[in-house]
Amino acid sequence: MDLELGSEYEAFRQEVAAFLAAHWPPAKETDARAAASAFRERAVARGYLYRSIPKAYGGSEQAPDPLKGRVIREEFARVGAPGELQGPGVSMLVPTLLACGADWQKERFVAPTLRGEIVWCQGYSEPGAGSDLASLRTRGALEGESWVISGQKVWTTMAHLADYMFILVRTEPDAAKHDGISYLLLDMKQPGVTVRPLKQMTGGREFNEVFLDGARTPKDWIVGERGRGWQVSRTTLKHERDTVGGQSRTEDMFGKLVELAKDAQREGQPALASGDVRQELARIEAYVLAQRYSAYRQMSMDLAGQDAGLIGVLNKLNGTMIGHHIANLAQDLIGDAALLMPPQGRGGNRRGDEKWVNQIMGSLGVAIAGGASNIQRNVIAERGLGLPRDGAEGQKGTGA
Amino acid sequence: MRFRLSDDQAALQDAVRDYALREGDAGARRRAFESDTGFDADFWSGLMDLGVGGLACPEDAGGLGLGVTDLALAAEALGYAGAPGPFLGQVLAALAIDRFGSPAQKDRWLPALATGQAIGTVALAEAGDRVRAADWTARLEGGRLSGEKRQVLYPELADITVVGVAGGFALVEKDAAGQTFEALDVADRTRRIGHVAYAETPADAMPAEADAAEALVDAALVLTAADAFGGARRLLDMSVDYAKTREQFGGPIGRFQGLKHQLANMAVEVEPARGLYWYAAYAFDHGAPDARRVAALAKAHLGDVYMQTARAAVEAHGGIGYTWEYDAQIWFKRAMFDFAYLGAPSRHREHAARLAGW
Repeated sequence: MDLELGSEYEAFRQEVAAFLAAHWPPAKETDARAAASAFRERAVARGYLYRSIPKAYGGSEQAPDPLKGRVIREEFARVGAPGELQGPGVSMLVPTLLACGADWQKERFVAPTLRGEIVWCQGYSEPGAGSDLASLRTRGALEGESWVISGQKVWTTMAHLADYMFILVRTEPDAAKHDGISYLLLDMKQPGVTVRPLKQMTGGREFNEVFLDGARTPKDWIVGERGRGWQVSRTTLKHERDTVGGQSRTEDMFGKLVELAKDAQREGQPALASGDVRQELARIEAYVLAQRYSAYRQMSMDLAGQDAGLIGVLNKLNGTMIGHHIANLAQDLIGDAALLMPPQGRGGNRRGDEKWVNQIMGSLGVAIAGGASNIQRNVIAERGLGLPRDGAEGQKGTGA
Repeated sequence: MRFRLSDDQAALQDAVRDYALREGDAGARRRAFESDTGFDADFWSGLMDLGVGGLACPEDAGGLGLGVTDLALAAEALGYAGAPGPFLGQVLAALAIDRFGSPAQKDRWLPALATGQAIGTVALAEAGDRVRAADWTARLEGGRLSGEKRQVLYPELADITVVGVAGGFALVEKDAAGQTFEALDVADRTRRIGHVAYAETPADAMPAEADAAEALVDAALVLTAADAFGGARRLLDMSVDYAKTREQFGGPIGRFQGLKHQLANMAVEVEPARGLYWYAAYAFDHGAPDARRVAALAKAHLGDVYMQTARAAVEAHGGIGYTWEYDAQIWFKRAMFDFAYLGAPSRHREHAARLAGW
């Protein structure tokens, strides 16, 4: 067992740090977005971002090396340098296009998506198709040279800002449930598309309902074959699950929780002096450490081509549970700030204890997004523990 | 970064698990459990033949010169198999003598403990939850030991006992005068413990600063956590197997979502905790600054996880899980041992809080 990266990677770390020292933050006062874009371009050229994506499509096409990826993320985070863009375009559509897309689709969409020039939203869930996604009913019919799409999507994050949607639609109504779906690309800026924001319990507006009423997209804006959309979509959901389960955000939050316990007062003393708070913090810390070192173990085994076993299907639910523990203790510590709504709008994070209300409510968003906890439990039981499937289709609809 | 088992470590763990499962399932575990002594000589000698006693003993004493990490991997395997006997006392006694013993003490005891020719144990805890070296009140003066110790594994069987005293450790041989043993009706009949009172007992000093002596407690916490992980993993596997084979309403009960979710919840509590005990062992062996804290956190966490998993496992089995005949109760009681041995979870959490400067 060894947690050290070794001299090769420490040298690489120096190299990344030197690059960052030269290029971030930008020397002169410029437009922040333009500066970030210029920096990203440099970082891609150096092989630090979009490492798994071919150069032809705007990536840096590096040999797979998760440890180098980790060093890069750590060093970039240390100086607050812009990393890879987040969002469904980069994390979900791009891997899908690279795996299943036509050459012209890759050429047209991948590089501008990586640069943030075009923004995507994901059109999967519907009012009647959540965990059972394959029961989706939005219809797509070929009329001449266009697909004509009608139906409704929901929980569509950032639809109000997106240029395009990647969407699952039922194109073969007579085929079996999973065999009648196609994966299409759709221009959001057209008359047949209506976006209505959904207000979350936090007060934020990050996702939407999208009404499709005769929306049109060209015949060849299909990824993979007709009726194969379900299989095409699998790569993207798998990718999403990997990103949601991340551990470093949890570690940051735990650090802030300890600070909160130092600052919060109980009967004139720091709450941290109180036995029940100390117990709960130590209890949560053990979960956080267990998650961290299990992640190191899993990464090390992946690198060696070994199967890390059960842990792979547990990560999302484990992270969710830790988020709940943190939310519960924070709610206890912030006193009457727990009567408030979280701060709204930009700059909210710099305000008072009520910012923890974001975690109190937001931990539930994490529990639901990317495969809700009870679906995770089904996946753990069936794929991880080998228990029999219940019913004819089991959890096919979860896309895990 | 290679935070995974080496081929040698994996082979060691497999060998210990295979042996202990095979012999345990063939009757050794139950025989020891039902016996008056909790000791099965055949099982124990087979385990010692595998070299488990000498994993962390120096090579010139007939050991393998490995560390607490390797002991912990063995402890996990033995916990998984529910192995009976004085493993924990054996390896902790050897560890203490290796770290703090004089050359003469090492020559006399390490080869015998490494091969299993001698049985060793440790007497650390005292009444009033005094488990840390700084709390020990037993005294060694002029070669005579006085005081009372609790939670001593197989005290009457041991050829040599490492006793924690103010200022370090004392070595007490089996037939030394002035020892009073009190046997207890313990729940975990695979690991027997008792009280020992020492009255002017002839003993040999092993000086150690209190801070250094704490390291032995840390090692004990890590090994207990490792055993707990192995045991909890076994209870999960046992419950899953039962859910796959027990039929009701025309099929296996494991198809019902209520039970599936209970088993998934057990899995999400148990499996990630492997990383915690691994790191606690790694930190001990590497002298990491947080080694002491993590040992405490791992013991607390795994004590809780094992106990809750044991409760859930009995429930998942229904009536059969509540019987004496079915083996789930053996692991339930091993969970009780790991929960309480050298201090319950809340005690170690408070210790970790203090060490963090909270």
